[in-house]
Amino acid sequence: MGAALEIRNLHVTVEDQPILKGVNLIVRQGEIHALMGPNGSGKSTLSNTIMGHPAYEVTAGQIIFDGVDILEMEPDERSRRGLFMAFQYPVAIPGVTVANFLRNALNARRRMTNPEDKGIPIPAFRKLMIEKMDMLRMDHEFAGRYLNDGFSGGEKKRAEILQMAVLEPQIAIMDETDSGLDIDALRVVSEGVTTLYGPNLGVLVITHYQRILNYIKPQFVHIMMDGQIVESGGPELALHLEEQGYDWLREKQNGSGK
Amino acid sequence: MATRRRVAREFQAPPLTRADVEALSARYSEPAWLREARLTAWDIYEALPMPTTNDEAWRRTDYRHINWDSAGVLRAPNGGRVEDIPADNRRPLLGGEQGGMIAFVDDKLVHHEASAALARQGVIFTDLRSAAREHADLVRQHLMTHAVTPQLGKFAALNAALWTHGVFLYVPRGQAVTLPAHSIFYASRPAAMLGHLLVVLEEGASIDYLHENLSPTMPSDASFIGATELIVGDKATLRFVNLQDWGRSMFEFSTQRARVGHDGQLDWITGQMGGKLVKAFMEIDLDGRGSWGRMSALYFPDGQQFMDLDTQQNHNAPHTTSDLLFKGVLKDHSRAVWQGMIKALPGAQKTDGFQANRTMIMSDHARVDSIPGLEIQADDVRCTHASATGQVEEEVLFYLMSRGLPRLEAEKLVVDGFFVPVLDRIPFENVRERMMAYVERKLLGEV
Repeated sequence: MGAALEIRNLHVTVEDQPILKGVNLIVRQGEIHALMGPNGSGKSTLSNTIMGHPAYEVTAGQIIFDGVDILEMEPDERSRRGLFMAFQYPVAIPGVTVANFLRNALNARRRMTNPEDKGIPIPAFRKLMIEKMDMLRMDHEFAGRYLNDGFSGGEKKRAEILQMAVLEPQIAIMDETDSGLDIDALRVVSEGVTTLYGPNLGVLVITHYQRILNYIKPQFVHIMMDGQIVESGGPELALHLEEQGYDWLREKQNGSGK
Repeated sequence: MATRRRVAREFQAPPLTRADVEALSARYSEPAWLREARLTAWDIYEALPMPTTNDEAWRRTDYRHINWDSAGVLRAPNGGRVEDIPADNRRPLLGGEQGGMIAFVDDKLVHHEASAALARQGVIFTDLRSAAREHADLVRQHLMTHAVTPQLGKFAALNAALWTHGVFLYVPRGQAVTLPAHSIFYASRPAAMLGHLLVVLEEGASIDYLHENLSPTMPSDASFIGATELIVGDKATLRFVNLQDWGRSMFEFSTQRARVGHDGQLDWITGQMGGKLVKAFMEIDLDGRGSWGRMSALYFPDGQQFMDLDTQQNHNAPHTTSDLLFKGVLKDHSRAVWQGMIKALPGAQKTDGFQANRTMIMSDHARVDSIPGLEIQADDVRCTHASATGQVEEEVLFYLMSRGLPRLEAEKLVVDGFFVPVLDRIPFENVRERMMAYVERKLLGEV
């Protein structure tokens, strides 16, 4: 049975402000989920909390990954266990090449299984990089550039997908909250996801963009409003959103809730 | 109690005398001109007051805690051997090759090799004492006469009077030397060490040169009162890398100055890692039309280390270009000072001067002072400066950690990347690797 990411009744505050108010969600290896919702509904808070960003405080609930509660783990340990997050705004690291960075990241993984590991040999690493870049139809010179330094929006996304391809996570979260503003970036991400997707990869795509189905084929669609997942369904839910917007959900919420 | 001590303590001079100068000169049977030069410098030394924190250049550098009883005495050479120097530092610079290597343990010459290729080109690469005898005219013409002079300051004068050991590198006119030269000063015991580097490139000559200052940490204070003179002739090209990895008991007071002739080029890279307190004056004089000088530094103090780097870029002729890039990382309770001055003389038109000091602070207790300065007396110039101090941001660390790198490795990657623009200017791969490894040990707190 594949690994699963299980979010149970998650409550999160940022600077004492409650943002997530009881989120429940399960993403398994081999599944593609889309999480949608209006601005400010808590989508980015969820992705950052899953990855362990220090500014987000979990006040209740659990995040279980592959059967283990990961809430007390640092971001690096979550990553080495097989979680990945593609950042909405990747950070530039001047002076550190994409290749050098990825070799360090791979070696950190190898040392987790064997503390004595001497690191991936350079020829093997080079072969791996070329294989992954070819698979993503990327120019090889990319590996020698400083990570995200002076990258265009599309290049940053490409770099995120390349990292995902090399690190081979079990569950990947694609934080594309604002990507409705940048269709190219969303296209890069969805092509990448489509290429890498398989029985060993589970994906949670977080987006504001309602025509997501033009680019990606999720089996599950969830809608978040005001810190909770208020509706879950299949691809038809995204179609419905495209036609109706979020208003019908708000009305439904008001009608049933209060 | 502490207050009383601070008030009572004064800026004291080391317990050295004119008799020390005479004894030193006699011990090495120096020629009369050199003995005279030393004594003249001693007079200048005696006439100058010890610098205090009332002097602008020393305002932030309080060295009153130095114990001159151990750090200010000259000691006769002991049984130092080249094997005392860490093997890593002795490795050849390019694969298995270098043009020559000179090593001192304290003031004792323990190793001297120069390749036949260098000799064929007429290159002189030898210890300064021998050079003063065997190449008296050359040494006399350049030693403390127009780059570092005794008048430059108290410690420059002291070095002129009492330099205990040194290296002389001379490249004749038109000789392009492909293999680099390498020298090491290794201090093994608490004492005053007065090392001197004299580099002279005649017109059209070129060479790469690495010098390293090293010592273990000693049980009591030691001092290095150094002078470096880089004389780059017309159309000559010198790339000079100077690395410092003193033990934590070392006080360095050094005066380093370069003069560059017309269309000459100087690429000067400094790495500052060790020491208890470092006060280094580094100055480039662009004397000839069209000359170019670049100063780069990487410095990384930690613990209680104090580093004060004082730079000056003098544009003395038109169409001269200077470029300074210093990058520092500070840990723990360390402190660093950079004061940089760009000067352009009247008539130094069409000059271009730039200076930038960039620092990354990794502790709330560390502190850096960046003091840029411009003194421009020509009207058609472009002189600018920049400095920036930052911390390793949490967002950056989160990003790197989210890829599986533990916090310390993430920090190391950021620091490596920060130093890369300066590291890339070091032309020796194994020296770059050594520096990276050293940075890692510093971050891990293993140094």
